[in-house]
Amino acid sequence: MPPDPPDSKEALLPDPLSDPLIELSDLAVGYDGEVALRRLNLSVHRGDLIGIVGPSGCGKTSLLRALIGEVETYAGRSRRAANGGAALRIGYVPQVETVDWNFPITVEQVALLGAWRERRWTPWAGRRARRRAREVLRQLGIEPLARRPIRALSGGQQQRAFLARALISDPQLLLLDEPTSGVDIKTSHEILHELRELNAAGVTIVLTTHDLNGVASHLPRLICLGQRTILADGTAEQVLQPALLERSYGQPMLVVKRGPETYVLPVPEEAPGAHHEHDPAADDDLTVIGRNHPNA
Amino acid sequence: MLEPFEFGFMQRAMLAAALVGGITAAIGVFVVLRRLAYIGHGLAHSIFGGAVISFVGGINFFIGASVWGAISVLMINLASRRPQIGGDAAIGIVTTAAFAIGIAVISRARTFTRDFEAALFGEILGISAQDLWITLGMVALIAVLLTLWWKPLVFITFDRAVAGAYGISINRVEAVFAFALAATVVASLQILGVTLIAAALVIPPVTARLLTDSFPRLFLVAVLVGVLTGWLGVYLSWFVDVSSGATVVLTQTAVFALALTFERLLRLRARSGARRAERLAGLERALSE
Repeated sequence: MPPDPPDSKEALLPDPLSDPLIELSDLAVGYDGEVALRRLNLSVHRGDLIGIVGPSGCGKTSLLRALIGEVETYAGRSRRAANGGAALRIGYVPQVETVDWNFPITVEQVALLGAWRERRWTPWAGRRARRRAREVLRQLGIEPLARRPIRALSGGQQQRAFLARALISDPQLLLLDEPTSGVDIKTSHEILHELRELNAAGVTIVLTTHDLNGVASHLPRLICLGQRTILADGTAEQVLQPALLERSYGQPMLVVKRGPETYVLPVPEEAPGAHHEHDPAADDDLTVIGRNHPNA
Repeated sequence: MLEPFEFGFMQRAMLAAALVGGITAAIGVFVVLRRLAYIGHGLAHSIFGGAVISFVGGINFFIGASVWGAISVLMINLASRRPQIGGDAAIGIVTTAAFAIGIAVISRARTFTRDFEAALFGEILGISAQDLWITLGMVALIAVLLTLWWKPLVFITFDRAVAGAYGISINRVEAVFAFALAATVVASLQILGVTLIAAALVIPPVTARLLTDSFPRLFLVAVLVGVLTGWLGVYLSWFVDVSSGATVVLTQTAVFALALTFERLLRLRARSGARRAERLAGLERALSE
C-alpha cells in the first residue's frame, strides 16, 4: 500500500527564501513497519545539488522517498517550505531497473505523463503540454525519438525520457534515483552536465549514485548513508574520507587525489605477505590522502 | 445473411454484445498491462457470489454485485502488493472465497428456484429492451469513469512507484479502477456468463498489443476488436446454433490468431528485406573494389 498522505506532523515552514525547502528532524522511516532509516537530520535548501551515496541496500532510495513523504514515518518530523500555499512541484526520475520497458508507450507519451495535471479530466494532452513536451525533448536532445516506443531506447536515452517527464512540469525539486546506472562514461558525463545546468537555472536537485568517482566526487554536497542513518553530510572533500567510507561500505577504501580530481578505490584483498609492485604514494602527481588497511 | 437482423431479440443481442465487447476490451487494456489477466476469471466468480447475496438479501443485483466485486478487486490489490503472495495467488484466494460465500448461501437457502445457469454461461438471447438499457447505462458510466481518470490511470499502470511523487492519489485511483472493473464484469455477466468473461477482457488488448507500441492506438484497436468480435460472435451464433458466449470468445480467439500470424509475417518480411539489402551492399562493395 502506498503511504498515507502527509499527516499533521508535516507542518509548513514560513516562506522566506533562506528557509530550507525540506527539513527532516530525527525522522525514522521504512516500509511495512520495517525501519529502513532512522535519526535522519537533514535540510535541503533551494538551489542545492546533493548526491546520496552508500553501498547497495543502505537506503538511498528510501531517503529520496522520505524527502517527499512517500514512505511510512515512525518517528520525528518532516517539514516542507510553504511555497506560497501551492504544493511543491516535484519531478522524480526512477531507477531504470524498476521500469516496465515492454509497456506500449512512446517517448513523447512518457514525457506527457508528467503534465497529467494539465487538463486532468480529459484523456488527451492539451496543446500547451504538447508544445512543452517537444521543447523538453529538444532540450534533452531526444526529440527525434519522440514517437519511438521506450523499449527501443538506449540506456542514456531512457534516462532522458524519464528526465523529460520530470521536467515538463517545471519542477522546483528534482529527485533522481541512480541517473547514471547502466550508461557509459560519456553519457554519464553528459547527464551530469545537464543536471548542473538545470541546477544553475534554479532547480534543487537530489540524486542517488553508486558511482563515487564519475558522479559523487563532482557534486558540491554529499550525504553518505550507512548503518541505517546518515553518517556524513558535507562537501565531497569532507565526505570522501577513507575512515568514513569504510564505516559506510564495510570495506577498506583508498582515496586518491590527482590535481582537482578525487578517486575512491576499494583496497584489494591481498594475500598475506604480498608486496606492492607499484605504490601510488610513490607517484609524484598522485596524493594518497588516506588508506585504511586492516593489515597496515 | 440478413436473417438475424429480422428478429428483435437478435438485434438486441448483437447490440448488447458489441457494447459489452467494447467496454471489456477497454478496461481489459489496463488489466492486461497490470499483469492481472486472470482477474476477470476470478472476478466473474466472485461477482456470482455477490449476485446470490444480492438476490437473497433483496438488494438490486447491479448495485450489490458491483459493490461486492469492487471490494474483491481492492482486496486483490491489497494482497498482491505483498511480495510473498503476488497477483496470481491473490486472485485465487479472494475470488474463490467470494464465490464460495455465494455457494454457501445457495445451499443454505434452498427455497429459491432462480436459475443460476444463465449467470454461469450467459443468456444473450433472452435480453429484454430493459436489459439493453441497463447495459447501455453501465457501459456509459464506465466509459465516463475511464475518460475522467484516464491520465492518472495510465500513470499508475505504467509507473506506480513514482505516481505518488507526481501528486497522484493512488488509493483514490485504485478505488475508481476497482469499481469500473467490477461494473464491467457485472454488465457482461448476462451476456458472456461467468465462465467466458476472462477471454473478453484479455484477448482484444493482447491482440492490439501485437499490432502497436503506442498506448492510445493500442486502446483504440482493442476497443474496436472488442466491439466487432462481440457483434460478429452473436451474429455467427445464429448460423451455427451455438451458445453466443462461446461464439464471441471463439471469434476473438480467431482474430487473435490472425493478428499473431500477421505480426509474424511482418517480422519475416523485415528479416528477408534486411538480408536482401545486406547482400546487395556486399555485392556493391565487391564491385567497387
